Amino acid sequence: MHELSVTMSLLDLVLEEAAKAGASKIVGANIVLGEMTGIIDHYDQANFELLSQNTPAEGAALSFRNVPRQARCRHCAHLFRPADLEWTCPRCHSSEIEMTGGSELYVESIEVE
Amino acid sequence: MEIKVLKDILNANNQIAEQNRQLLTSKHTMTINLMSSPGSGKTTLILRTFEALRDKARIAVIEGDVSSSIDAETLSQAGVTAIQINTGGACHLDASMVNSALGNLPLDDIDILFIENVGNLICPGGFDLGEYLRVVILSTPEGDDKPHKYPLLFTQAKALLVNKTDLLPYVGFDLAAFTRAFKGLNQEAALFTISGLTGEGIDEWTKWVMDNLQKLRTLNP
Repeated sequence: MHELSVTMSLLDLVLEEAAKAGASKIVGANIVLGEMTGIIDHYDQANFELLSQNTPAEGAALSFRNVPRQARCRHCAHLFRPADLEWTCPRCHSSEIEMTGGSELYVESIEVE
Repeated sequence: MEIKVLKDILNANNQIAEQNRQLLTSKHTMTINLMSSPGSGKTTLILRTFEALRDKARIAVIEGDVSSSIDAETLSQAGVTAIQINTGGACHLDASMVNSALGNLPLDDIDILFIENVGNLICPGGFDLGEYLRVVILSTPEGDDKPHKYPLLFTQAKALLVNKTDLLPYVGFDLAAFTRAFKGLNQEAALFTISGLTGEGIDEWTKWVMDNLQKLRTLNP
């Protein structure tokens, strides 16, 4: 997966937001990460530690809220997490579903000093 | 102190993608981001599409690969305007790579621009390139279970092409099960079964491409 390019974008974003707020140090970032993005949080953390050296974000702790994939049945509106292979509604067994969660990839907030 | 951000991590990419989209719209160029696994038939599909539409539309290609220019050379030999992007290891194209390539293409003379993404069913799905349509190819030897393994890409597709139907008798691909799974996830997408080898289904696909080009021209005269 492309954790490195995602982490570079993440670092740019938090540095920009901190600069806008006039903050000199970033101590943490809260990230929302959907299961379907395929991004693995501990790779992201390791990349961030390397890339943020000598920047105001050096030493910042990344905190991840992982969002599982979620589907909504188009027939009975039941919300469920599809199993690995059989993606049918557990209530009415319809296969007509709409993905409603799991593609998130955003920064919720940052902690600055 | 906590500062609310609520911004997509790929915000910078999305902004460049939007610039690409505006440029392409102003040039009346319909752009198709073509995504699939390696070896599923993207380059062959582009060649077939070029052959079928050469009298109706001017087609060009941005070729994305980790390395080599084999595909761009194949396309150029067939007479297609093709620009190669080597990502140098990256598993997907991003909007700034496409932005650089757009500067080297005669956009005023291109009706349909294919962007052949890096062969991969995961990473390309996260990166908006500024395209008008996302199209996914799946070839029958890859198996019919892919929509549920790679849901992001399959839910984003405006069209899905099942390629290599000539191999259906040999590979155990359950077309009915695939169609049920895919249509369950994505009701709106057009679904085509094609063979790049025999040409089966290419007419239906190219008609869909031309219908979309007409629609775009009506929206953006």
